[in-house]
Amino acid sequence: MPNPIISVRNAVKTYGKVRALDNVALDIREGEFLTLLGPSGSGKTTLLSAIAGFLSVTSGSIHARGAEITHLPPEKRDFAMVFQGYALFPTMTVAENVGYPLRVRKMPNAERAERVRECLELVQMSGFADRMPHQLSGGQQQRIALARALSFKPDVLLLDEPLSALDKKLRADLQWELKALHDRLGVTFIYVTHDQDEAMSMSDRVIILSDGSVQQEGAPAELYNRPRNKFVASFLGKSNFVPAQIRKQANGTYTAQVAQESFELSAEPEVNIDGKACLAIRPERVRLGLPGLECFAGRIRQISYLGERCLVLVDHEEFGEILISQTTWNASLPPEPNMEISFGWDCKACVPIAEN
Amino acid sequence: MSEKTRYWMLALPALALMMIFYIWPVLNIFGISLTEPEPGFGNYTRMFDSNAVKVSFVLTFRIAAITTVFCLLLGYIVAYTITTYGGRRAPLMLGLVLLPFWVSVLVRSFAWIVLLGRSGLVNDTMMDWGIIETPLRLMHNELGVLISMVHVMLPFAILPMLANMRGISQSHMMAARGLGASEWRAFREVYFPQTLPGVFSGGLLVFVLSLGFFITPALLGGGRVMMISEYISYQIQELLRWGLATALSSALLVATALVLIVAGNFVNLRKTFLERK
Ligand SMILES: Nc1ncnc2c1ncn2[C@@H]1O[C@H](COP(=O)(O)OP(=O)(O)OP(=O)(O)O)[C@@H](O)[C@H]1O
Ligand SMILES: [Mg+2]
Repeated sequence: MPNPIISVRNAVKTYGKVRALDNVALDIREGEFLTLLGPSGSGKTTLLSAIAGFLSVTSGSIHARGAEITHLPPEKRDFAMVFQGYALFPTMTVAENVGYPLRVRKMPNAERAERVRECLELVQMSGFADRMPHQLSGGQQQRIALARALSFKPDVLLLDEPLSALDKKLRADLQWELKALHDRLGVTFIYVTHDQDEAMSMSDRVIILSDGSVQQEGAPAELYNRPRNKFVASFLGKSNFVPAQIRKQANGTYTAQVAQESFELSAEPEVNIDGKACLAIRPERVRLGLPGLECFAGRIRQISYLGERCLVLVDHEEFGEILISQTTWNASLPPEPNMEISFGWDCKACVPIAEN
Repeated sequence: MSEKTRYWMLALPALALMMIFYIWPVLNIFGISLTEPEPGFGNYTRMFDSNAVKVSFVLTFRIAAITTVFCLLLGYIVAYTITTYGGRRAPLMLGLVLLPFWVSVLVRSFAWIVLLGRSGLVNDTMMDWGIIETPLRLMHNELGVLISMVHVMLPFAILPMLANMRGISQSHMMAARGLGASEWRAFREVYFPQTLPGVFSGGLLVFVLSLGFFITPALLGGGRVMMISEYISYQIQELLRWGLATALSSALLVATALVLIVAGNFVNLRKTFLERK
């Protein structure tokens, strides 16, 4: 990537035997909305803190615009961070909180007041300047934390699960606002979350972490459509895994053999040819039909109705459980428990990945 | 009988104990001050006229104030270290703070005499090393009283500050630094203001306890540094002037109450004395 605003090289952070970061390398493009996604304990906060300068990596380096900042203290980095618990200063009013980074930077009073007003407007909290943080609701505190972080016009905004403490509805609203803010200001966002929906809906690019190492990175659609391993396939959305033999055909194409069926693959798979592999198939890409209509036979075990979709769990002799997601509107086959059915999928639905 | 009344009944023995052995004697003391040797306010006029009493009161408040300042300074550092850097050793460090409570104040005061005396450990060592020629006067003066008072009172300053600091999230300091403040500035502007309630609580506790403190000043002062409590005991034991002694006691009680009332405007007294974690 040309001229990344931040680049992390071979970052390792160990706590005793725990490798919180295990050889992480990543480049961050100026102005992008990058999300670090991973389950609890995967090292997201550790990576973000290393970038912000709150902890030092055991080995490896971090550069900002080409200059090494690995050992620079946080106050010299000019990144802004929004903490999970907001970390508003309880002894200062909302206006003082938002103006704090400006006061530290010795901005004259009048100019500072103007900028604080602007920032409060930006997060739609203009009427709250004289309140104390404890007089605000969680969502309001979140907005103030955001205004405070943006007040000094940082190049990079680091956000550690900023919405995780809020209820679902408010979270959805704020997601839109954050995204809009990002598009309007052009600031680089590095956003940490363990919520895959949040990651998918907001980001330009997602980095999936697990056990301190990067599993895969890419645009949301790319990660969803082409997961590289089982972890990514099952962490980002749901996947069915069926065992398959990958073979190269005489005409140069590749096929995946599943039981008696053969599926043609559109590109060369990144797995061992002729070795053991499996196919990841998204539940909504599995078709459900009357017995004999599709290529595999099964019996419906369980159905859960979710409104716009319903999830059907099917037992298959060889594959075990297969999860199928169907739209409920105009479903061709209304599923019933214990019904004998058949199921199958298109070649395009097959994503070959390595076993394990 | 309602549940509430039953719980009140359970508290009754303790209440009775307090009434009989504490409130009643205090009222008696007040009574004696107005009746001995003859009825009237004679003791109080004598007290206000006496220069010695005035000197002792000033001395008492000064020592209490200086003790408070030093306890807060030293205690703040200890409390901060335990909360910030204690980690797994924090309970051990807290235990060490509490350890002196297991040893009687009397023993601790004598220990200071052993250390600070004319040929005590400190003087002997310094003379052996040739740092000083003649022994320093480290006790039987205000210095000695202060040293030992600070030592005795330190835990009372540390505990409220520790309780307060425990509740302060470290993320505020990090946030301040992330926003551009240096470590020292973040401490001063963001962390320190949050610890003020703990500082006030600890300070008030030490100050009030110091005002009426007896054993340590009596032993380390050696009769030369007469804080008000020792002055009272002297009046009774040596001069048998019960009237003046009780008047002084009442005055000390009132003075302490005044301190608490004034402090009540700044400090949440309920938190200081009742809701200790
Ligand atoms: N100070 C520490 N001492 C020891 N181990 C730590 C410390 N901080 C983090 N770890 C370990 O490092 C790993 C990564 O932690 P990290 O906080 O980065 O996870 P996370 O991805 O942010 O998780 P979450 O979603 O729960 O916030 C975890 O296994 C954690 O136990
Ligand atoms: Mg975290």
